[in-house]
Amino acid sequence: MVRPAPQPVPGVVRPTPSNARLAKKPTLETVWEWLSAIPDPEIPVITLTDLGIIRDVQWQGDTLEVTVTPTYSGCPATSIINLDIETALRGHGIEKLTLKRQLSPAWTTDWLTDAGRAKLEEYGIAPPQPAGGPQHCPHCKSTLVEKISQFGSTPCKAQWRCQSCREPFDYFKCI
Amino acid sequence: MSDPLFEYLCRLGDNTLVLGHRVSEWCGVAPVIEEDIALANTALDLIGQTQLWLGLAGEVEGKGRDADKLAYHRDVWDFRNLLLCEQPNGDFGQTMMRQFLFDSWHVMHLKGLMASSNDQIAAIAEKSVKEVTYHVERSTDTVIGLGDGTEESHTRMQNALNKLYPFVGEMFLSDDVDTAMADAGIAPDPAGHRAGYDAHLDDVLTEATLTKPEDDFAHKGGKSGTRHTEHLGHMLTQMQWLQRAYPDATW
Repeated sequence: MVRPAPQPVPGVVRPTPSNARLAKKPTLETVWEWLSAIPDPEIPVITLTDLGIIRDVQWQGDTLEVTVTPTYSGCPATSIINLDIETALRGHGIEKLTLKRQLSPAWTTDWLTDAGRAKLEEYGIAPPQPAGGPQHCPHCKSTLVEKISQFGSTPCKAQWRCQSCREPFDYFKCI
Repeated sequence: MSDPLFEYLCRLGDNTLVLGHRVSEWCGVAPVIEEDIALANTALDLIGQTQLWLGLAGEVEGKGRDADKLAYHRDVWDFRNLLLCEQPNGDFGQTMMRQFLFDSWHVMHLKGLMASSNDQIAAIAEKSVKEVTYHVERSTDTVIGLGDGTEESHTRMQNALNKLYPFVGEMFLSDDVDTAMADAGIAPDPAGHRAGYDAHLDDVLTEATLTKPEDDFAHKGGKSGTRHTEHLGHMLTQMQWLQRAYPDATW
């Protein structure tokens, strides 16, 4: 079965000389907007805010403090995510920035936004379901699906297979 | 004895570090690709947890050592992992039996630590337990599948159990460090988990048609660091070779 190629992904905002200095502090709403444009480095169809890993954004005096929670403790994307946040915010002219790691409450797939779930499905990754398995095949929508392995190509995914269209697919597993 | 909290955190971090490294030795050579991926993911989780535990250990110690320094700049006598974690992989069945024996303990232990009086320990345990729940599910299923499998797989799993069971007892021994942690409300007394562990083991082994060895003899000396098995030193020469050859090299 032929599937359309995934949509091109908006890149991380790179610093440009024209916006390197800000006249005044941007509002938190604006900062959240900037953060919502940063793609996840491993599953770039969803953004960091879709994933629900940005826990808080605060001004501490003139320093912007962004609190991030890791998805999995060994996820190699974690350091890239921090780098991407820093690059994006500096690109918007933020000079004083601290990134805080917060472990508790631990990240859960319940924090994935509805928009994020829809984007995953469209991309070919079945979004997490409370039942612990995919609702249907993300390609042909058949409900005849079977688990291959609870572990997949990244820590957050499991491998499933569709018994109707015979395609293997990733399932974003509940945690 | 150094600060008991530092000692205790090294035990937690060294368990996940040493077992994580052992499991990573399968990367690229496991029997089928799904198992290869699962083993690599398990190793990744364990190494991630190590960074949290040993990172905190370094902070508590306050001598400027971070997780990498502790992992790569200590020699075998400074490691505080359970002897079970350092045992060689053997065949795939032996690796999965070791994983099952460890995971079954690990998940109970982490659940206990979620109630720790130390907020940072409770947070790391809360994070880790989600990952370890997937580990124990897989290792339990695999032990049952291979134990109650073919004659060949059954024999191998029984041999693995006979070989590794003498390393189970160390998980439940209490010493001065454990007493200090229990008194401070930081960690539950390890002896308290024995009954629950045994019940779980009996259930799974029955389903796997495997027989638990009658002899309860337990090797010890890993978590106290007094006597590791010969295998840990060999493993460290692999794990630490870069830092030994080029001390303080950075990425």
